[in-house]
Amino acid sequence: MRYLPKSPADRAAMLQAIGIRSVDDLFSPIPAEYRLSRDLAIPRQMAESEIVEWFKQRGKENGEGFASFLGAGAYSHYRPVVIDALVQRGEFLTAYTPYQAEFAQGTLQAIFEFQTMIAELTGMDLANASMYDGSTGAAEAVMMAVRITGRHSAVIARNLHPEYREVLNTYATHQAIPQKLIPFTASGQIDLKQLDQAVDDSTACVLIQSPNFFGTIEDVEAIAGIAHKRGALLIVSIAEAASLGIVEPPRCADIVAMEAQSFGVPLGFGGPYCGVLATKEKFVRQMPGRLAGQTVDKNGKRGFVLTLATREQHIRREKATSNICTNQALVALMVNIFMTVYGKIGLRELAKQNLAKTAYAVEQFGKHAKVLFAGAPRFNEFVVETSEDPYAINSRLLGHKIIGGLPLKKFYPELGHAALWCCTELTTRSMIDTAVGLVAESERSVLSKDAEPEEVAR
Amino acid sequence: MKHMTRKATRHISQNEGLIFEKSSPGKAAWKLPALDVPEVDTAKLLGKQEREDLGDMPEVSEIEIIRHFTRLSTWNYAIDLGMYPLGSCTMKYNPRVNEFVARVEGLANGHPYQAEKISQGALRIMKTLSDCLLEITGMDAITLQPAAGAQGELTGLLMVRAYHEAQGNARKKVLIPDSAHGTNPATAATVGYAVENLKSNERGMVDVAALAAQMNEDVAALMVTNPNTLGVFEQEIHKIAELMHAKGGLLYMDGANMNALVAKTRPGDFGVDVMHLNLHKTFSTPHGGGGPGSGPVAVKKILEPFLPTPVVITKPDGTLAFEYNRPQSVGRVRAFYGNFGMFIRALAYIFANGPEGLRQTTEDAVLNANYIRKGLEGVYDLPYSTPSMHEVVFSDKLQSKQGVKTMDLAKRLIDYGFHPYTTAFPLIVPGALMIEPTESEPKEELDLFIEAMKSIAEEVEDDPQYVLDAPHHARITRLDETAAARKPVLRWKREV
Ligand SMILES: Cc1ncc(COP(=O)(O)O)c(C=O)c1O
Repeated sequence: MRYLPKSPADRAAMLQAIGIRSVDDLFSPIPAEYRLSRDLAIPRQMAESEIVEWFKQRGKENGEGFASFLGAGAYSHYRPVVIDALVQRGEFLTAYTPYQAEFAQGTLQAIFEFQTMIAELTGMDLANASMYDGSTGAAEAVMMAVRITGRHSAVIARNLHPEYREVLNTYATHQAIPQKLIPFTASGQIDLKQLDQAVDDSTACVLIQSPNFFGTIEDVEAIAGIAHKRGALLIVSIAEAASLGIVEPPRCADIVAMEAQSFGVPLGFGGPYCGVLATKEKFVRQMPGRLAGQTVDKNGKRGFVLTLATREQHIRREKATSNICTNQALVALMVNIFMTVYGKIGLRELAKQNLAKTAYAVEQFGKHAKVLFAGAPRFNEFVVETSEDPYAINSRLLGHKIIGGLPLKKFYPELGHAALWCCTELTTRSMIDTAVGLVAESERSVLSKDAEPEEVAR
Repeated sequence: MKHMTRKATRHISQNEGLIFEKSSPGKAAWKLPALDVPEVDTAKLLGKQEREDLGDMPEVSEIEIIRHFTRLSTWNYAIDLGMYPLGSCTMKYNPRVNEFVARVEGLANGHPYQAEKISQGALRIMKTLSDCLLEITGMDAITLQPAAGAQGELTGLLMVRAYHEAQGNARKKVLIPDSAHGTNPATAATVGYAVENLKSNERGMVDVAALAAQMNEDVAALMVTNPNTLGVFEQEIHKIAELMHAKGGLLYMDGANMNALVAKTRPGDFGVDVMHLNLHKTFSTPHGGGGPGSGPVAVKKILEPFLPTPVVITKPDGTLAFEYNRPQSVGRVRAFYGNFGMFIRALAYIFANGPEGLRQTTEDAVLNANYIRKGLEGVYDLPYSTPSMHEVVFSDKLQSKQGVKTMDLAKRLIDYGFHPYTTAFPLIVPGALMIEPTESEPKEELDLFIEAMKSIAEEVEDDPQYVLDAPHHARITRLDETAAARKPVLRWKREV
């Protein structure tokens, strides 16, 4: 086996040194009746070339070469080449969690820079590194708010990513955190009146998403006002990190629960991604997850260590802030490098291109179909309602190697003929024009079908 | 002159500040394509929501970025540099072909919401990996959704709870041996169970008599790690399973140590009802400085209805699909389908090994641990003489007579060019040295490690202070962790 660095002679010498005759002796603690005496029924050993070929085939069966308008929590942005060049350095790729700080300063300093940039971008004091993803980060943020406030219920926006809501439900099931769901208005934003009625002095937190699941930007200040006047915390979930380049960050939030996938992380069929929590300094001791902190060595030289470990499971066990141990470190490094590449000016310019493409697409779609939730600012997603079922339109688009918007029926039955579309800097005008053309065709054919019976009657 | 190692030599290492300290206005590492749609008036589109300034985000060029991260990388130790014997972490070789295939176009760029019709490649990978893992564990059904071991534990215990609820009584507590990893009790608490400690016996195993006394109808499950965190196989595991089952309880196995068992025995055969795997340990996906991982959970038939949604199914026409309609499911534990990129890597590893490769891997992992044990027995205290599987746990009992603790020995090991072993647990061994070499180490590397550990033991006798002051040859001397925690500095700030 090519990964195993021993010759038969090595093994023999080692057995002899141990003082046993056969390696089977080492497995004698396993009761004989449970020892496996046959080969595992798994595929036979393959050559590297065969492995590569097998996965290339799977890639071909997986939408390779399709242009896509999908977003909804997973965004297609350009990934600068330096990201993979750097994260594939063995010293980053094949190191463990930096428990031995003196031998892991590279990882630790990178984490410290990551925490700084996330804090800067979100408008919070500090950030952790990292959570599994945006959905679990949001759930952990709610549990954190429950610990901070000593209150037990949560008020959740219905336009929070539906799968994030599902994950929160799962996490909250056995923690007795009752939830109230707040509907959205015709602008796609959460209904502030209903929110105002829902928040009371048992509310630990209000959890919203901005830009929300429909792509519109919430009035975070107004929402914060409602939460804070009753002593509840505000948690803002951000699924599209690229928005932070041009959308005012939720500075008045208490916790920001972010999915950073947009920053240089491949779509990868849904993972691995990178969740992050950012918060105010005063809440740091209730924060889950790893934190790198600056310190000095015996000679006064700057260095970094994992810190505030008394929050964590390996010290606190059942009283820990979270059970998280392994996180998304290497993905956080991708995010880190992406943020460094684009930096202060590039992130803004990148976000501007996203806005421009989206504005163009909205205008074009608007000529032939109904763009819902107008009247509020949006970033790079929008909802288009068609006369025909969007699944049918999408299957026609596939014929043109285009993946259309996400039909919303599954998550929002009342939006049965609506789909969530997304444009990024990678969306080309010709892609948009082709998609709009096909949607326009669908509208025309539905209209003419509708018109037909009338003509017959006449 | 202190003892020195044949493994490492000091060499020049570049200094490097924080990226923010290199930033200055006008430098850039990015270039956007020409815009093919009209420019927009951002103020008009966003109004008061427009962000004007990104504060202290850096402005640097590409060469500076390459140097910055390359320099940082050289300050890390890594498997690619040598043995990384962190016990319980299974720091094995991370094959490069895994990285290559994870970046195959259609797989790296696949969107989680693209139609199933054009997702058959990804679904096939999930199905094939699931089938392999079921065969390896001897279980009946599986979810790949959990993002790491701890989330696997959460998923498993949620299913345990759902199972008991379906029987009409969720039960109150989970039994956890005192040797367990911290995530076990932390997870049990998240699922709303009280944690009851189970004492280990003098051989380092679950005390079956104590278990029998503690087991009753209030106990939902026992979470056992096997081999346990001492590297000891629970020889009475089947009796443990019987005891649990007799009182309606379930047996959860933390599969962090599966590297000792793959192709040699199967948890499903010895009575385990639910277990998680760590693809980032046993199945070679890289740890990446702390993640990402993947923690599939495999279960027996009785727990199948409770699996998280969605589940991959085969349709009558042979194509694959996600099934969402599962009324008894515990729900979702993560958005989308899990850390898919890790599934690719783990499957590539299984393909590269095949049945005989996996068996040889396990045998070599156990052989390596026992070789180290033999080499260091007598030099370091071995608190439990029970046979070791894939890892061996010594203690600092002999060295602490000179005031030298496991962490000090660990720091000195850095000077010898080795990453330290695990120091933090198992808690039942005061001053533990938990050593897991994995199968990836050649005999020469093991010999160098044994030589280094022996040499350090001699230093402790000759000049304990020198060991207490270690590391001597790292970039920095020992860092002040207490100061870091007392006044946390968790981000860079511009000096004003
Ligand atoms: C025995 C044991 N259980 C559970 C875990 C937690 O797994 P993860 O870090 O993947 O969440 C670990 C990993 O450190 C472990 O060693």
